Amino acid sequence: MKKQHVTDPIEERLKGVSRRDFMKFCGIMAVSMGLPVGAGTQIAEAITNPKRRPPVIWLHGQECTGCTESLLRTSHPSLEHLILDLISLDYHETLNAGAGHQAEAALHQSVKENAGKFILVVEGSAPLKDGGKYCMIAGRPFVDIVRETAAKAAAVIAIGSCASWGGVQSSPPNPTGATGIPEVLKGTTVVSIPGCPPNPYNFLSTVLYFLTFGKLPALDEKARPKFAYGRLIHENCERRPHFDAGRFADTFGDEGHRQGYCLYKLGCKGPITHANCPAILFNEVGAGAWPVGTGHPCFGCTEQAVGFKIPLHTQAEILQVTPDAAHAPIETVKGKGVSAGAAALLGGIAGVAIGAGAVITKNLGKSDEGE
Amino acid sequence: MEIKRRDFLKGVAGGAALALARPTLALAREKTRLPDAVGILYDATLCIGCKTCMVGCRKANDLTPEMQGVQNLWDNPIDLSAGTLNIIKKYENGTGQDKDREIDGYSFVKRHCMHCVDPACVSACPATAMTKDKKTGIVSYDKDACIGCRYCQVACPFNIPKFEWDNPFPKIVKCQLCNHLVEKGELPGCCSSCPTGASLFGSFTGLLGEAKRRKNMAPGKYYDFPLSSLESGRTQYKPAADYTPALYGENEVGGTQVLMLSGVPFGRLGLPDLPSESYVALSENIQHTLYQGMILPIVALGGLIFLVKKRGDKGE
Repeated sequence: MKKQHVTDPIEERLKGVSRRDFMKFCGIMAVSMGLPVGAGTQIAEAITNPKRRPPVIWLHGQECTGCTESLLRTSHPSLEHLILDLISLDYHETLNAGAGHQAEAALHQSVKENAGKFILVVEGSAPLKDGGKYCMIAGRPFVDIVRETAAKAAAVIAIGSCASWGGVQSSPPNPTGATGIPEVLKGTTVVSIPGCPPNPYNFLSTVLYFLTFGKLPALDEKARPKFAYGRLIHENCERRPHFDAGRFADTFGDEGHRQGYCLYKLGCKGPITHANCPAILFNEVGAGAWPVGTGHPCFGCTEQAVGFKIPLHTQAEILQVTPDAAHAPIETVKGKGVSAGAAALLGGIAGVAIGAGAVITKNLGKSDEGE
Repeated sequence: MEIKRRDFLKGVAGGAALALARPTLALAREKTRLPDAVGILYDATLCIGCKTCMVGCRKANDLTPEMQGVQNLWDNPIDLSAGTLNIIKKYENGTGQDKDREIDGYSFVKRHCMHCVDPACVSACPATAMTKDKKTGIVSYDKDACIGCRYCQVACPFNIPKFEWDNPFPKIVKCQLCNHLVEKGELPGCCSSCPTGASLFGSFTGLLGEAKRRKNMAPGKYYDFPLSSLESGRTQYKPAADYTPALYGENEVGGTQVLMLSGVPFGRLGLPDLPSESYVALSENIQHTLYQGMILPIVALGGLIFLVKKRGDKGE
């Protein structure tokens, strides 16, 4: 008799995905979240158990769809099947089969049926200026749609820097009043997955954590999942030893740049940006597949007030100052001794003073005699 | 009231005789090692120069990094200062190839307060700002008692206490062996953070035993070296280095509670060659003898009265 397993049905449902590949995917997800490998089984159970599979509604505001594009390019086997089939993606403007009234009807039906159960994902910021008229969907301001839908959601996730804090369109002068979703939905916990685009695995890990444990992962003070945004890029950077040793690329294409030296002097924002880019990389194409790895300084896309705010080649502050690789000598030279010029000058002044003193003393004696 | 010169001198002589009759009390000043003293054993042959102890010290004592030079990027003090309580320095000679070798080699050295058995800073302090703990022997500083005279800086044979020159309400700053942590049973920042056991915390007697054990090791043979503290239970298994015969701090200026081992002569590492007798012992003995029974003030007063009287007689 064939052994029953939680993952058996998935093989039937997902053509071409073996149980082994699926379990591998869940295991990798667990590890990227910093969970024990055994949690992979729990994740598999959560994905394949239809009772615990809430629908997902994905709204697009002011954005470039880069977040969706990066999510579509995750190269784990049949990701589109795993996520778009297993999570009931009821509304997603890029991926909807239907369009127009049909799509809108699907949205309203899903919100009505799954009130309090669905995960709301927002991609892009909401313009608040002039009644929100700079982003209208189905004849309504985007900000109203977000507020209305979020009120019925089980959890709200803001994907990308635009949704997290406004992104590029919120940079001054911000003509549309572009605002991040946490700011729009004040009082609601909005998990932020900033990045331009964010690493798709940070998003997938957060969703799967929620599905598996029924709660949100640990968040930092900006509501970013700590497993992904807990540390500075500078802390995990593969070029960090060059920083400590004082080896920098001074200009693009110079000897230091070709040697793979630290990009701090070119304006790398790694020392002030929280993200796991150097640890998990992008697109699973091997080492170096992230901005700094390709020779370009980090521009701080995951950090509010850094990306799109601080100029690209402005050098960053150092948040965590550590010792350099050089050592202090045993004897330290303090001061520079007396230069010949200074000695001559001092000698001259002293000579004049002595001479003047002698003359004054002599004159004093004379005046005494005079009396 | 009239005091005859003769009577006065008689009195002074009597007082002096009385004081000198009890010299044992004046010279009985004997500073020995405290039984519960704690300390640090720094083994330069284990040190890899990673400066984690400097970071650990900053964290434990809540100090801001000292950034210097044109780059202004790193915490890179060049010496102990009002903002730096410990520092790793590097000795280099010739090609600088081999570790713990005097010629054509290199070695690291960690500098901070040695916590003397008979501390000159405590002796020199005219207030009670510098004190030596009666139990642990940690030499600590009380900013509320300090009058800012900086005698401790001049007195210290290791050039350790530093003064906050740029602070309008300055303090003396020095390593206090993280006494705020030791009190709670925790380890000093440098020892808890050291990855190789080069900075080792423990009771002084235990550390002395450990240092002697290391000196008896056969160079190149593998041994266990404790990490962080003698009681941590964690060890590192590695070959012993070729130690110099000296155990710095065992006898220097009456002994210190920080001990040092090295493969390079300590003079090369910037540690002064000091006598085994405490400088303080001599000066304190003289002072305490002079002031025992108020001899010096009485003699001085007598002399002054004599002079005044003599001049007065002449004037009349």
